[in-house]
Amino acid sequence: MSRAEAKRTLVPNETLANALGANDLARELQARGHEVVRTGGFGLAWLEPMLVIDGEAYGPVQNLDALDAVALGPLAELPEIARQQRIVFDRCGLIDPMEYDPSWLLEQLEREPREIIGEIKASGLRGRGGAGFPAHIKWQTVHDTPAPQKYIVVNADEGDSGTFADRLIMEGDPFRLIEGMVISGHATGADKGIVYLRSEYPLAAEIFANAIDKAGTLGLLERFDIELFIGAGAYICGEETSLLESLEGKRGEIRAKPPVPAVAGLFGQPTLVHNVITLCSVPGILDMGGKAYAEIGVGASTGSSTFQLAGNIKRGGLYELPFGVTMRELIEDWGGGTRTGRPFGAVQVGGPLGAYLFERDLDTPLSYEDMAALGAGIGHGGLVVFEDTVDLVQQAHYAFAFCAHESCGKCTPCRIGSVRGKEAVAALASGEYTEDRLEVIDELCDLMEQTSLCQMGGMTPIPVRSALGEALPRKGEWKQG
Amino acid sequence: MPNSEAIRELVAACVGQVGAPVTALRNIVESHGHIEDEHVRIVADVFNLSLADVRGIVSFYADFRTSPRGRRHIRICQAEACQSVGSRALTKEVTEALGLEPGETSEDLAVSLESVYCLGLCASGPCAMVNERVIVHATGKELLT
Repeated sequence: MSRAEAKRTLVPNETLANALGANDLARELQARGHEVVRTGGFGLAWLEPMLVIDGEAYGPVQNLDALDAVALGPLAELPEIARQQRIVFDRCGLIDPMEYDPSWLLEQLEREPREIIGEIKASGLRGRGGAGFPAHIKWQTVHDTPAPQKYIVVNADEGDSGTFADRLIMEGDPFRLIEGMVISGHATGADKGIVYLRSEYPLAAEIFANAIDKAGTLGLLERFDIELFIGAGAYICGEETSLLESLEGKRGEIRAKPPVPAVAGLFGQPTLVHNVITLCSVPGILDMGGKAYAEIGVGASTGSSTFQLAGNIKRGGLYELPFGVTMRELIEDWGGGTRTGRPFGAVQVGGPLGAYLFERDLDTPLSYEDMAALGAGIGHGGLVVFEDTVDLVQQAHYAFAFCAHESCGKCTPCRIGSVRGKEAVAALASGEYTEDRLEVIDELCDLMEQTSLCQMGGMTPIPVRSALGEALPRKGEWKQG
Repeated sequence: MPNSEAIRELVAACVGQVGAPVTALRNIVESHGHIEDEHVRIVADVFNLSLADVRGIVSFYADFRTSPRGRRHIRICQAEACQSVGSRALTKEVTEALGLEPGETSEDLAVSLESVYCLGLCASGPCAMVNERVIVHATGKELLT
């Protein structure tokens, strides 16, 4: 078969798809004469491995001789993708990540830093890692702080259970992140960028390292250098000051703030620390203009969020949608309810430090403000769904146990409070329940919230309280007031 | 098995990089499997750190093992998304079958078991790894055979 007649076939080179056989499919398709392009994944986990043959989508593909049984129709009309608003992920899944035309990026570097920061400000972009801090304030601070060296540090230590957006974009469109880094470096006056990637993502590391090399050959790194650093298995290093300590080659113990990293960060120099998805939102903002971006979303939660549906869910995966979509829409309409088919029980939003929420909460829009009003947060956009059999006392125990396991040890409320909390909930679960013990847990939570140095100890009470508050009245053991 | 000179070269190659001591220890684990006392001394020497500094780094990070892993190294995710689809029962099945708790290695070094906290495949759990192979929708049978 000649090249012209060969069927152009997209096969994801992505960790989940590969675990489900995508590498073997790619080899077989090549042997059958297809022009195979290894792309990223679209993020539709239940359809992996998903193939696109001359624009027609198929998935999940187990057998190339039985494709009709898994035909999904034209990719362009696939509702699970077409109904999203893919700004960060617009190219992911469609392109060979190493094919990159740098002309758009080079054009952006002709713009004045002041103009770029103005667009970021107009867009209302807020940090996608969890804190939701306005991005432009950090950019302006780094820009305005005089220093011999400034850094861009990318937090790709995506440790929250239920999240995989950073992995998907770094595997499927690494140049999106490089664009965000190079532009933010130009705007703030930083000429060195470092990506802190967790060690659990070896394929993302390989692909991103190749992309750095490619960026070098394209002449993109003449005024801005990028280095990839691989973590060593510590959840706490997702906290920005712990991450900086780790990047300095030390134990990842957190630092007291202030000073904030934008003033004194890596090696004491002004450092712009952003989550992967925050920086990956920047190209879309500059492309459409900050004002147009700000019209997407709801209130002060502007733009799109890369929501990730996980856990016990039928159609899990990544859905990039405007802020303001409700949890019910995500879980029921997009996700199709639980995978096991049992009734919905609870959803934990925003990783291990996020609140457990219940049926009565599901009509809440996913925006920073609406979630805060519930005493919850969006975190990195992950939603972990549980069926009705979930043991919430066990989940509260896990929240303390995880904190005890991952605490950096620097401050007492987190280091010791988590252990005492774990013991108290274990006693509760084993039937040694007394009113006194609940009071102890409550006071311990107050103490951790008010006196921990960082969010690890400070937010562990959120899953604990939301889970216990729901579990105990069900057993008739919780007395209000 | 790399000798001290090879390890020293590996460590020295990291000098000047960001986070060099952490990267040096990572490279030792990748090439040698685990970190020995002798390696701690080499890292301390090359970076002009105290032994306590380097031991502190080693003990902080989960990846820095100080004993060999088994030839079949099983890692099971214990985080919430996998809990919601049965990772606790899966872990129980595997620990009972092996007679090992997470963190333990069999005496003959045939198998080791470890907990991992999230592999980023959270819509397809329970997730696990056997050596470098990623397994989604994991079953006890798959992990044990």
